[in-house]
Amino acid sequence: MERPGQSDAARPNDQPIAFDLAGALAGARRTLPVGASIFAYGLVFGVLARQAGLSPAEAFLMSGLVFAGSSQFVALDLWATPLPIASLVVTTLVVNLRHLLMGAALGPLLGRLPPLKTYGSLFFLNDESWALTMGEQDRGRRNAAFLVGSGVVTWLAWTGATLAGGTLGGALRDPARWGLDFAFTAVFVALVVGLWRGKGDALPWAVAALVAVVVDRLLSGTWHILLGGLAGSLTAALGRAEGTPNDG
Amino acid sequence: MTVDPRALLAILGMAVVTYATRIGGLWLLRRLGGTPSGRVAAWLRAIPGAVIVAIVAPNILAAGPAGAVAALATAVVAVRTGSVLAAMATGVALVFGWRVLT
Repeated sequence: MERPGQSDAARPNDQPIAFDLAGALAGARRTLPVGASIFAYGLVFGVLARQAGLSPAEAFLMSGLVFAGSSQFVALDLWATPLPIASLVVTTLVVNLRHLLMGAALGPLLGRLPPLKTYGSLFFLNDESWALTMGEQDRGRRNAAFLVGSGVVTWLAWTGATLAGGTLGGALRDPARWGLDFAFTAVFVALVVGLWRGKGDALPWAVAALVAVVVDRLLSGTWHILLGGLAGSLTAALGRAEGTPNDG
Repeated sequence: MTVDPRALLAILGMAVVTYATRIGGLWLLRRLGGTPSGRVAAWLRAIPGAVIVAIVAPNILAAGPAGAVAALATAVVAVRTGSVLAAMATGVALVFGWRVLT
């Protein structure tokens, strides 16, 4: 029960890649425990989306179609009237560029399927499902539908929680009185703590913070996010030159 | 079911570029026969953290001493519990308490 699929003797590599219901169900079952935390996180998104001025339908569409947590929180921070569409799209792209690496890492599993299955499955690529699917791939299991099953559970938890949170958020009046205006900042602090990978992040993050604060003073709008993020991440990339060049 | 046309346009644009990042890695792998490595990989990996730091740093400054204390407490709870929800609740409760008391 705990480990579905354990019995279907995993013989590595030369086995053909399967893509069937059994794989999807295995992925779904393995993702259910993670679903609870995704639901909690989506609840927060739903509440904050209402505070930021999105209608429940807009928040639901964003969760269903974009389906990428951190970039959606970043979008709420940018959400204003009139809507800065170009900077919303560009910032979303930049925040989600990490998907390029994740998708490429799934090459051994997805790369040999027909294009429709490959590119259809990849809609469901998300951080949690990726980590679970990589684990399957490393253990030599060859069922690519695992990603879809896992992704569907994640999608349902995320969109359902967005709707529930939107209802909650709509019932709250005067959010600042309850300290809820700080909720954005608090969520980002909690997220960034989870992204800390060690001392190597200290300098890039300090550069990002410094550039963001300075740009925020000098330019109005949201340039501090893009410029701070670029300065920090480029610092990390340049820092690689002195370390070992290939643990990617 | 109200959806503002501009909001819809923004959401569709965000959805399209996000989907492009999801399929882009494998697409590049098929076309170019290689994965990003070395500095490019390091750059891509460092982006989310740097972007989020760039968002919070000015916000924490703007929130004053209460913001700094609450941000620190939020970070501590996030490390201890690993729960975004618990961490956020801590930060919000502290700011709420600060505003009630001052």
